[in-house]
Amino acid sequence: MAVATAPQSIEEQRRWEGSLDQLRGLVSERAITGETMLLNMGPHHPSTHGVLRLLLELDGEQIVSCLPDIGFLHTGIEKSIEDKSYEKALPLTDRMDYLSPMSNNMAYAAAVEKLLDLDVPERGQVIRVVCLELARCASHLVWLGTHAIDMGAMSVLLYAFRERERILGMFEMLSGQRMMSSYIRPGGVWRDVPDDFLPTIKQFLNDFPAKVDDYEALLTQNPIWKDRAQGVGVIEPDVALAYGLTGPALRGSGVNWDLRKAQPYSGYETYDFNVPLGEHGDVYDRYLIRIHEFRESMKILNQAVARLETVKGPYRSENRKYCPPLRSELGQSMEAVIHHFKLWTYGYDAPDEEIYNAIESPRGEIGCYIHGAGANKPRRVHFKTPSFIHISALPVMAKGYLLADMVAIIGSVDIVLGDCDR
Amino acid sequence: MGVSSKLGNLGVVTTTLEQAVNWGRTGAMWPLLFGLACCAIEYMSSQASSYDLSRFGMELNRATPRQADLLIVSGRLTRKMAPVVRQLYDQMAEPKWVISMGDCASCGGVYNNYAIVQGVDEIIPVDVYIAGCPPRPEQLLHGILTLHEKVKSERIADWA
Repeated sequence: MAVATAPQSIEEQRRWEGSLDQLRGLVSERAITGETMLLNMGPHHPSTHGVLRLLLELDGEQIVSCLPDIGFLHTGIEKSIEDKSYEKALPLTDRMDYLSPMSNNMAYAAAVEKLLDLDVPERGQVIRVVCLELARCASHLVWLGTHAIDMGAMSVLLYAFRERERILGMFEMLSGQRMMSSYIRPGGVWRDVPDDFLPTIKQFLNDFPAKVDDYEALLTQNPIWKDRAQGVGVIEPDVALAYGLTGPALRGSGVNWDLRKAQPYSGYETYDFNVPLGEHGDVYDRYLIRIHEFRESMKILNQAVARLETVKGPYRSENRKYCPPLRSELGQSMEAVIHHFKLWTYGYDAPDEEIYNAIESPRGEIGCYIHGAGANKPRRVHFKTPSFIHISALPVMAKGYLLADMVAIIGSVDIVLGDCDR
Repeated sequence: MGVSSKLGNLGVVTTTLEQAVNWGRTGAMWPLLFGLACCAIEYMSSQASSYDLSRFGMELNRATPRQADLLIVSGRLTRKMAPVVRQLYDQMAEPKWVISMGDCASCGGVYNNYAIVQGVDEIIPVDVYIAGCPPRPEQLLHGILTLHEKVKSERIADWA
């Protein structure tokens, strides 16, 4: 298949960019007459957090309308999964929301478990909670750094990435990979935590709260930050609900909806933590909520790490029809060899059913729909991702604000284009 | 009198114009501020505190291709994005170099499907390929140093 190259002539350029007539109905009539200006933002732009393109209609500096153009990172992941057995599809899910691969793993693994009616042992669930909360912190750290740099506070990125490196180091300890860990798998996790993991995470939990205070010292009461963030990008609770926003973007408007509380999974109902809520639904409230989520995650992590020391036992389901045996068993048991061979060549058959399962990722509700086909490959897999929904609400949030506020709004809803386009 | 009185006798260094220019080009190669997918996050890690690309004179990311020397294609390149990347490359001023960061940019990676260009070298020439999904920051640094080696061995005859 030939790959399109950049246009070589002016006629080609016009064809490539499209005409004003195609935008009739999407922008106001004033744009057609030339009274307002159409401005193209992206797909190569430092503040769009990836390859998002926005077509902005501007009256002076004021945004009249905003048309998001997505699909620049459409990877065909859902289609590719249809051609893979359930276990082998897992690494693809890492690469959707690449800021928190663990949450994607969890959404997919939990959906497969629901389809297969597979139970996860308690230690596996505790390890999962540790991973998910670390992933939440790692993701929020990237959000904090990039959001701040978009708004002109350059140094926050350096502080945020300093702590993120430590979290990535822990992921590497667990899984051997810094980012794309594929650690949470259907039935539990890939392996037990290594011996040096507990001292490392304890040290981290000891240091991190002070670092969060440092971030707050840089931003929370900073007058420039407040000027840029307060009262900008306001979305009312009912509008946010109507658009289907989830996660910090919804809670910033004061709607109390967190799947960890509303539909607990992986034992979240047994942990003691709060769900921070905003009041105004502006950029500043969404910022505050994520900062508070750092602290709530620390709370959960402290409890989970304490449990890691007491809860022993298997970290992965013992059901050998769905979960591979330990490596150490392979030399001793013929059944283990058979199960190992069967699982890594054919996989397993899943029932011909449709299921949907959602979890709370750092961005919001990430749901996984699987239509089993009674065979070792699914008929259809679909992910309901928060970034896609949040981008659809950008026009509402941006309307009437200034062009410079656009980068603040994009940063505050924390979109990841890999998550949106898949 | 001037610099020599302050620094003492520095002696004489002889070199060729070729070597001097090539050395200068490796010292401050400004990358384009450009990221596609997962690898861009590892690229940001390389820029940030722990790995600090400014050791190589690369802390200055230019958002406009007109001022950039180096295009780091970090992540999977989709068919929708391909014309954009080609245009960015065309807009960069000579001399320019390209690093293909990660498996997806180098050969399509795990995505052999309808959406992904099977390697960025289908649309632009690539100087250095870096394997990994995503490559660690150390791997990116190694790729950059490999590019420096390549630049240092360029010849005047080939510049034109």
